[in-house]
Amino acid sequence: MDGGGLQPRVWDRLARDKRERLAAASGIADGKVVPAERATALLEAVLRPGDRLCIEGNNQKHADFLASALAAVDPARVHDLHIVQSNIALAPHLDVFERGIARRLDFCYSGPQGLRMARLVTEGRIELGAIHTYLELYSRYFMDLPPRVALVAAESADAAGNLYTGPNTEDTPPIVEAAAFKDGLVIAQVNHLVDRVPRVDVPADWVSFVVPAPKPHYIEPIFTRDPAQISEVQILMAMTVIKGIYEPYQVTRLNHGIGFDTAAIELILPTFAAELGLKGRICRYMSVNPCPTLIPAIESGFVETIHCAGSELGMEDYVAARSDVFFIGPDGTMRSNRAFCQMAGHYADLFIGSTLQIDLQGNSSTATRSRIAGFGGAPNFGSDSRGRRHASPGWLAAGRQDLSRTGGAPRGRKLVVQLVETFREHMEPTFVERLDAWDLMESFNLDLPPVMIYGEDLTHVVTEEGIANLLLCRTLEEREQAIRGVAGYTPVGLARDRRMVENLRDRGAILRAEDLGIDKRDARRDLLAARSIKDLVRWSGGLYRPPARFRNW
Amino acid sequence: MERLEFRFAARPTNRPTADHVVAGVVSSGNLEVLLEPGAPGSGATAVVETSARGFGPIWEAVLRDFFERHPLGDVTVSINDAGATPAVVGLRLDQAAVAFAGDPR
Repeated sequence: MDGGGLQPRVWDRLARDKRERLAAASGIADGKVVPAERATALLEAVLRPGDRLCIEGNNQKHADFLASALAAVDPARVHDLHIVQSNIALAPHLDVFERGIARRLDFCYSGPQGLRMARLVTEGRIELGAIHTYLELYSRYFMDLPPRVALVAAESADAAGNLYTGPNTEDTPPIVEAAAFKDGLVIAQVNHLVDRVPRVDVPADWVSFVVPAPKPHYIEPIFTRDPAQISEVQILMAMTVIKGIYEPYQVTRLNHGIGFDTAAIELILPTFAAELGLKGRICRYMSVNPCPTLIPAIESGFVETIHCAGSELGMEDYVAARSDVFFIGPDGTMRSNRAFCQMAGHYADLFIGSTLQIDLQGNSSTATRSRIAGFGGAPNFGSDSRGRRHASPGWLAAGRQDLSRTGGAPRGRKLVVQLVETFREHMEPTFVERLDAWDLMESFNLDLPPVMIYGEDLTHVVTEEGIANLLLCRTLEEREQAIRGVAGYTPVGLARDRRMVENLRDRGAILRAEDLGIDKRDARRDLLAARSIKDLVRWSGGLYRPPARFRNW
Repeated sequence: MERLEFRFAARPTNRPTADHVVAGVVSSGNLEVLLEPGAPGSGATAVVETSARGFGPIWEAVLRDFFERHPLGDVTVSINDAGATPAVVGLRLDQAAVAFAGDPR
């Protein structure tokens, strides 16, 4: 060993680096407060080439002003950033790649920007790391991907930097925690500077800078489903789910997707399920956003507790007035938290949601050839939680039914249900021999096809044709025929082995409406507890205030 | 518009059937189905007026299964589809058939 050449090792490089960055911004901030017009100058002062950066952007709440400020920095000064954020939803999120400010991307979900992202990947402007689930990306914030700088959005801040994130707290806690406790910088755009925040969601000493934004941060009302658009087929499928799955498995703790199919279930709880005497026996505890279509089920005492990943525009007053149901702070407003909501849903008894494609093994995906859409939360909700140890009747029953298990210690199983019509819009079949995800993998050089829910985690497929209970399939061939047996008149459904399908039906691995005692004449819109947005407002006693675009009266 | 006609062997029914049954709401953007008794020996026939071309084989499969599920004797089914999926068609047909065969509930 060359003892003379050893330098004393420095163990606080990150802290030193943070101090340098804060000093570089000293002429820009007044205390912690930075005026909106200096936001880009602030980012140029504190960012370094190659930084890992998170722009808070999720389903609803977006740090949109800071995203635009970032897209305006000089690429000669700030470049090669590694973006680590859950949603790519706004144009500036991709402008930073177009302008060479950022190069590498790890993300979860890109709804409307999926096409443009695909183009930028093809052009080599985005180096795609991986498409994650929400919990997976948050987890990596605490392992190999802590953000050096986090740009977040809050409702209000005081001069010291305490933040109030309010009902739309959403993803802020894990982002801020990972940055603040790894000597990263937290920069918050706020709608209001106030003398005193209603409650402290993020303490001031975790926050480096506060930028009052010229406009309130953007929030998208993405969980509002107008009951007027729910079809009788969706009502039939909702009846099938309640009678064929919720009732026999006694499902009390669950997570619902956010489509019209699950909205139909919510809206027939106070009617169809109540008549079956299921109040207090199913759907008591939910991990789901405050979807307006839940109002009748809450008001009629069906759903008792709801933890939310985010909020929903127009639902704030209603939620605040139902503190026994929702998670409400001492200030009287809700605090959502996507990470905890995902966790709660992961350990629930059942997940039910929709998808765009299902293959013969039961793998499902929302990926299509030309669009990199990502997953969001469904893969964590929609997977068997193998770390689970506590029992419930449905979890135990699913474990007992599972014929694919051979020996081993007894254990339960999460119910994972895909609820789909056999054809989507424009007669696109939902059931396919091969998922488009495979093409996407090839086009974009991904390590794996972006499968949303794996067939091995899936327990039931529900369509207008009935239920396929995959737990009762002994072989892959039976599983394939069970799926074909509910795939209707899609090419996959037409290619079924009719005799095998009838055998599966005899064994209860396929259940039709008539097997469940459902009279299809009852599948009428009269069954919906609310048939319009206005009905929902009425159920809420006027507390629900739908955004203008959902009002037609 | 495409007009499709299908004829299947009648499956005898021992129940009296209704004069006619309409399911669905005309001009509501929803599928409309009319069931009427056919002339003796005419079989089970179906006439489909559809706005979407090229789905003849699917219509045929949907209707064959329908007549197999519901023995309605000689019967004529008229369908005005408003671009409905087979799911909607099947549900409407099943709803109409139960009413046509006079199931009192």
